[in-house]
Amino acid sequence: MDPLRQSPSRSSSRASSPRTLPCEMLGYVGIEAVLDQLKIKAMKMGFEFNIMVVGQSGLGKSTMVNTLFKSKMWKSTMPGLGVPTPQTLQLQSVTHVIEESGVKLKLTVTDTPGFGDQINNDKCWDPILGYINEQYEHYLQEEILITRQRHIPDTRVHCCVYFVPPTGHWLRPLDIEFLQRLCRTVNVVPVIARADSLTIEEREAFRHRIQENLKTHGIEVYPQKCFDEDINDKILNSKIRERIPFAVVGADREHIVNGRCVLGRKTKWGIIEVENMAHCEFPLLRDLLIRSHLQDLKDITHNVHYENYRIFRLNESHVLPRGPGWVNLAPAPAGPQANPVPPKVGGWAKDNSDEEC
Amino acid sequence: MSSEVARHLQKKENTRSLAMSGHVGFESLPDQLVSRSIQQGFCFNILCVGETGIGKSTLIDTLFNTNFEDHESSHFYPHVRLKAQTYELQESNVRLKLTIVNTVGFGDQINKEESYQPIVDYIDAQFEAYLQEELKIKRSLFNYHDSRIHVCLYFISPTGHSLKTLDLLTMKSLDSKVNIIPVIAKADAISKTELQKFKIKLMSELVSNGVQIYQFPTDDETIAKVNASMNGHLPFAVVGSMDEVKVGNKMVKARQYPWGIVQVENENHCDFVKLREMLICTNMEDLRDETHTRHYELYRRRKLEEMGLTDTGPENKPLSLQETYEAKRHEFYGERQRKEEEMKQLFVQRVKEKEAVLKEAERELQAKFEHLKRVHQEEKLRLEEKRRLLEEEIIAFSKKKATSEIYQSQPFMTPGGNVRKDKDRKNSSFM
Repeated sequence: MDPLRQSPSRSSSRASSPRTLPCEMLGYVGIEAVLDQLKIKAMKMGFEFNIMVVGQSGLGKSTMVNTLFKSKMWKSTMPGLGVPTPQTLQLQSVTHVIEESGVKLKLTVTDTPGFGDQINNDKCWDPILGYINEQYEHYLQEEILITRQRHIPDTRVHCCVYFVPPTGHWLRPLDIEFLQRLCRTVNVVPVIARADSLTIEEREAFRHRIQENLKTHGIEVYPQKCFDEDINDKILNSKIRERIPFAVVGADREHIVNGRCVLGRKTKWGIIEVENMAHCEFPLLRDLLIRSHLQDLKDITHNVHYENYRIFRLNESHVLPRGPGWVNLAPAPAGPQANPVPPKVGGWAKDNSDEEC
Repeated sequence: MSSEVARHLQKKENTRSLAMSGHVGFESLPDQLVSRSIQQGFCFNILCVGETGIGKSTLIDTLFNTNFEDHESSHFYPHVRLKAQTYELQESNVRLKLTIVNTVGFGDQINKEESYQPIVDYIDAQFEAYLQEELKIKRSLFNYHDSRIHVCLYFISPTGHSLKTLDLLTMKSLDSKVNIIPVIAKADAISKTELQKFKIKLMSELVSNGVQIYQFPTDDETIAKVNASMNGHLPFAVVGSMDEVKVGNKMVKARQYPWGIVQVENENHCDFVKLREMLICTNMEDLRDETHTRHYELYRRRKLEEMGLTDTGPENKPLSLQETYEAKRHEFYGERQRKEEEMKQLFVQRVKEKEAVLKEAERELQAKFEHLKRVHQEEKLRLEEKRRLLEEEIIAFSKKKATSEIYQSQPFMTPGGNVRKDKDRKNSSFM
């Protein structure tokens, strides 16, 4: 495992603090009211979440996003006959503010039409990597200003959902290349798209083969094993890891089944209910992304991926002097990008402290 | 309120507000945030500034309902020192890492000019430590034990008249660095009417001198009203005590006097409950937020600007921290080279001088040696001369001795007279 990636130890202060004495309180003081204060503050500020969907066209990315957030984020595109396929990969972002029970969420979805659609797909991951690094760069520039904003707008990609076409065999070379590169920069959640074309047995077999593939190539998808904190996390995350990649089906039309109104796909041989665990694993994906691990995704992005990027950037900044206006960290060579150079911490940090003391 | 923010967000970024057609489930987000915070634990640092014996430790003990430390400080410290102690408290599932910083010896010296400087230095040092950590390349902020002071409880002695000069000066120098909450200590020494007048006097003095104390935030509806009314009760008049006294049929924390019992948690007797509620239950998070986003940012901005780093360069082009840093680095590097050269030359010069001096000394020594040698030679020659003379004399004497013996050994038939004459003759010739 990359020695640079430190796990965000959440038992925070104990590690680096001076001698502390445990104390017994003789009665109620009211410290736990701080949790309510936190909640109030969070609700007032609202939350941000940025998700990126990657996959070939026709795998149901837009539909999946619509289903996840139960709203029309995108118009599900039907490829028209006269529309030429885009020659280069162009990323499109759309931002919405959605609210539920007083909780405001600013959701940004980035789509990648044209990924893997060309004849020669060499280096098609570069624009994506470039975009992700561009967001890190924005944040970094904001962070090192002298007069900083109170709350730095967070456009970093917190989660990348990768759609694997349901071939039923193995991961394709394109998938492997892409996953290898992206897992080091962002949290990746692979899913088997259009899973309604596989039977249950085929799904299981496909899933196992994909898991083997991932292990062979050393690809760590979210939830990463090295960031498990305590035993509860381990248990919870191992359950999730067993089921990755989820086999999902997306649908944004409603149908009546047994008197209930459900989201599903209607076919001649039946209705596939999206939220039925027996039919597909969409609920698992939704729960992972939204209901249980959203904060965790953001934390890992901020504490690990962003820090790694920062280390890499600050170490080479003497080579690339640029001001805050510079965002053209264009398709950086994927090789050195994926493996942050071990920082020459001694030299730089020493000067740092010498001259600022 | 929430729609306002949504509208504001929309205006800012052309984002659309979307209506959802079903339950998505992200209302659990605040809970996710809370559970992460619980795992991480909280950190809170209180600085208590006040004269020795004014009741700082007792008040903290009472606030957190525990006995932190026992011994009383002496009044004879020559300088003001700050003593920090960290405690871990736990209430249900919330872990709090509480650091209490006490000023030892404040107001005890005869000359109090230097009293508040150590406090300012301490606060700055904590900010500096955090800034250093933040500017490191390989940093671990989530793991960092935050030692920045979140609130300063300033203890005012209950004279009933007005603020002391030392208090005013100290508060003025601290108000831009930390959230100050002034409290009137040992409030059981003032009567109610005097207390009202005292509070009004204090607040007006603070305002007229431009001291910015911490105002409880009134922008959130749920707590705005409470906070606003509390703002009107500042400074809080508090009494601290951990001793329990039986009142009615309960044991309460109180101070017992011959003329009555002052109950700590009785709102009619003192403002302790208000202080506890404001400090811990309602505004702890806001205090930490203010420290981080206002005081720390101010310190950071000042520090970086001091180092000559700015956001905009000479032609008003935005300048990055990196660039200015690099430029400074080159500058310093050049200067360092120059200084090194200077020192080298100085060193060489000194060595030369020393060498010359030593050579001089050597030469002198040599000359002396020569001189001595010469003298010695002369002495030797003279002595030789003397010896020769002496030896000649010895030879002459021994010759004469020999001849006299020969004369003596001649036969002495001659009459005595002759002998005597001869003897006389010999003797006279000898003498």
